[in-house]
Amino acid sequence: MMLLDVKDLWVKFPTRQGLFEAVRGVSFSLGKERLGIVGESGSGKSMTGRAILRLIRPPGIVEADHITLEGRNLLDVTEKDMREVRGEKISMVMQDPKFSLNPVMRIGDQIMEAYLVHNSVSKSEARAKSVEMLEAVSIRDPERVMRAYPHEMSGGMGQRIMIAMMLIPNPQILIADEPTSALDVTVQRQVLDIMDKLVKERGMGLIFISHDLNLVAEFCDRVLIMYAGRIVETCDANKLHDAKHPYTQGLLNSLPRFDQPRRHLDVLKRDPSWAEVPSVKGHT
Amino acid sequence: MSDLTLRQWLLSDAPTSRRQARFANLYKGWLNFRSNTMAMFGLGILVALVLIAFCAPIVAPHDPYAQNLANRLQPIGSDGHLLGTDSLGRDILSRLIYGSRITLYIVTLVALIAPIAGLLVGTVSGYLGGWADIVLMRITDIFLAFPRLVLALAFVAALGAGIENAVLAISLTAWPPYARIARAETLTIRSSDYISAVRLQGAGALRIITKHIWPLCISSLIVRVTLDMAGIILAAAGLGFLGLGAQPPSPEWGAMISGGRRFILDHWWVATIPGLAIFTVSLAFNLLGDGLRDVLDPKGKSQ
Amino acid sequence: MALAESNREGRRRTPFVSFLKTASTSLLSVAVTMLGLLAVTFIIGRVMPIDPVLAIVGERASKETYDAVYQQLGLDRPVIVQFFYYISDVVRGDFGMSLLNARPVSEDIARVFPATLELATLGTIFGVLVGVPLGVIAGVKAGSWIDQVARVVALVGYSMPIFWLGLVGLLIFYGILGWVGGPGRLDIFYVDIVPTRTGMILIDSAIAGNWDVFRNAFSHLILPASLLGYYSMAYISRMTRSFILEQMSAEYIVTARVKGMSERAVIWRHAFRNIRVQLITVIALSYANLLEGSVLTEIIFSWPGIGSYITTALLSADMNAVLGGTVVVGLIFVCLNILSDLLYRIFDPRSK
Repeated sequence: MMLLDVKDLWVKFPTRQGLFEAVRGVSFSLGKERLGIVGESGSGKSMTGRAILRLIRPPGIVEADHITLEGRNLLDVTEKDMREVRGEKISMVMQDPKFSLNPVMRIGDQIMEAYLVHNSVSKSEARAKSVEMLEAVSIRDPERVMRAYPHEMSGGMGQRIMIAMMLIPNPQILIADEPTSALDVTVQRQVLDIMDKLVKERGMGLIFISHDLNLVAEFCDRVLIMYAGRIVETCDANKLHDAKHPYTQGLLNSLPRFDQPRRHLDVLKRDPSWAEVPSVKGHT
Repeated sequence: MSDLTLRQWLLSDAPTSRRQARFANLYKGWLNFRSNTMAMFGLGILVALVLIAFCAPIVAPHDPYAQNLANRLQPIGSDGHLLGTDSLGRDILSRLIYGSRITLYIVTLVALIAPIAGLLVGTVSGYLGGWADIVLMRITDIFLAFPRLVLALAFVAALGAGIENAVLAISLTAWPPYARIARAETLTIRSSDYISAVRLQGAGALRIITKHIWPLCISSLIVRVTLDMAGIILAAAGLGFLGLGAQPPSPEWGAMISGGRRFILDHWWVATIPGLAIFTVSLAFNLLGDGLRDVLDPKGKSQ
Repeated sequence: MALAESNREGRRRTPFVSFLKTASTSLLSVAVTMLGLLAVTFIIGRVMPIDPVLAIVGERASKETYDAVYQQLGLDRPVIVQFFYYISDVVRGDFGMSLLNARPVSEDIARVFPATLELATLGTIFGVLVGVPLGVIAGVKAGSWIDQVARVVALVGYSMPIFWLGLVGLLIFYGILGWVGGPGRLDIFYVDIVPTRTGMILIDSAIAGNWDVFRNAFSHLILPASLLGYYSMAYISRMTRSFILEQMSAEYIVTARVKGMSERAVIWRHAFRNIRVQLITVIALSYANLLEGSVLTEIIFSWPGIGSYITTALLSADMNAVLGGTVVVGLIFVCLNILSDLLYRIFDPRSK
């Protein structure tokens, strides 16, 4: 079943040097699956995620043939209807909970708020729901966490809270934008496992944006590789190591591997012509 | 090299000497500054002001002190008096022109005394640290805690009215923020590697402060001074208005407002016009300061 | 595991002990600042070219009277001892006698201060009511026409001599249009009708239920208060703008939008909540500045407040009154600083 279909998406920013094109004609679709978007910084992967939620603020420009969710083109709906989409249909977990949680609001209030925006229920009901959600992300003392402020939490806790907050309205799609990059390596896996479990349980679609090829290969069903605002290659995650595109191969070869130890890792060489080749379609 | 234009030389990506790099930086800053219309407007007003003050005897149509009681309180546009005359029949335009000298005099003196005093206190306090830092910063805080105008009033009361004392009083209340800025800059510079390198080569505290720390504090101080100029002008005018700055018959703008105050309802121009002059000049300084901040303040830069 | 870690973090120092610690350090620094403030006024008093003894006994007094007063004032003692006496006097609220009217300076100040307080408070209220929303809008819509207008309004405020604007205001709204009351706090007809309780006529007349006096006082107050309000607004709106601008690019704002909240809720529930603490500091500072800025305004509007008092005393070389007034204004400055510091600690969860 297809949840989301994006066709020919462009994101542009006017700068002093002219129009900067962050995303250049990207097309892909998402079903009830885990789709990875990989690329180096500046490749347009984060902008793609934010453009879907229409979070690019003017003067940034978003253009596309369509971004279709449940038969509706998100580019045509009003801002008011878009607010119904955000959170309730599509949600997003961002990189660093230190910055993505409001520092002066209690965690409980922030989670309850996410629920109350879309559900007209009483506060105590929202509270019960929030506590339940915190338990679902394996937080042991949810009552205490509800009363705490974000700065009292560790990074791993913060990201679990973020996941709880973003999943509480029960969206169909979760965009995870580098959700573990700011975390300690030791808690990265914990957080990913929790996210993975919830996404599977609820039958959601996941867009996992990362620069970490191995992580994506492991956690996703399908991978899009982005370079300079375009998709240069798409493949199943388990076939990633057979990727054809020189950029993907370059990325893979610049990482150390236990099964193929080497004295020197390759340095990624970029070919300007990659940026000129039209985008590959990222449909199933 | 010789066939390069000056512009190309200045904009070269690979400067061949320190001098070229320095000039190139200045030139780039200027290009950046020039694109800021408001700041250029402010600069234009100030250049005009300096010219007028410099050429006052030539530009002014009348003697600013010449009284003519038969011709008093003439309105704007009257014969021979473009901006009218005051209660003693003196030409207001000529007085404004000569008054610009006093304004520039006060502003220049304060702009020299206060930042230099602040720079000294701030760098010494920041570089030496320890007790010197604690004591100097406490003193700075005490002066910061005072309401500035009231403190200046008290100083002028103790020292006696007059331009020089007004300058001193304003400087005494204006230096603490500069000391704070200079100290903050010093603290960041002090711990940098190149200062350690200079110290390893045997440079003493005096040399490090004067040769390596002062030059780096200058640009942030300049921005702050320009932004403070408007405040200095307003403070000086306020003291003049209260009769504690320049003494009559000197054509100081604040004192001119005070002189015209009694006639405000019937002869509005006598008090209003000097006020417009003060407003124009301090607005020019504010616009210039905003522009300079964009160019000089490294934190505001996009790089 | 992470939870256990943060638990340990929290119990390292009990909040009460750390609060006591910060409280005592800040109290100490306040005490030092106040002491320094008194030292400065003391030194100014010493530098004064006026002989305090002559000012009391007059030019023609005999040598004996002169010496007697000299000793009575304690001028024969070492400077340090004199300073000590000065401090103990000030602590007891004794600023000496006014040389002008031979009344205790402290009584005079207590009499004139409410007038200034009334003016500065109303001015700050205007400044906050207009400046905060204007700054928020300008910051949220940075670069829009409303931002440009706010910028120009603030720049003009920063560049305008307050006493001149006051004069022009009087000329237009009192002289030409006749919309507001003239100089002074009340028309002569209304003076001394309501009993003085707080010294603030708006409050006193409201307590007495005399609305005629209230209206008249308000018509006199509105012009100087809006004048001060304009200055405070210029400052507050600029500061608010830069605070909001900084917050709007923060990631938690994106989070709030992702939740599906309306832009208004994003701004007021999230961004504004984060600048509240900074705003309190700015408002306290602007209030202190208005207390001082009222010096020139009071002269223009013949407002019998502390600014007028200090200036009049100054022009008649009444040094006790000048220094007394300076100390009082300085102390209020320091107190407002402490207050904003304290509110900071209360409102910002991160500072606990």
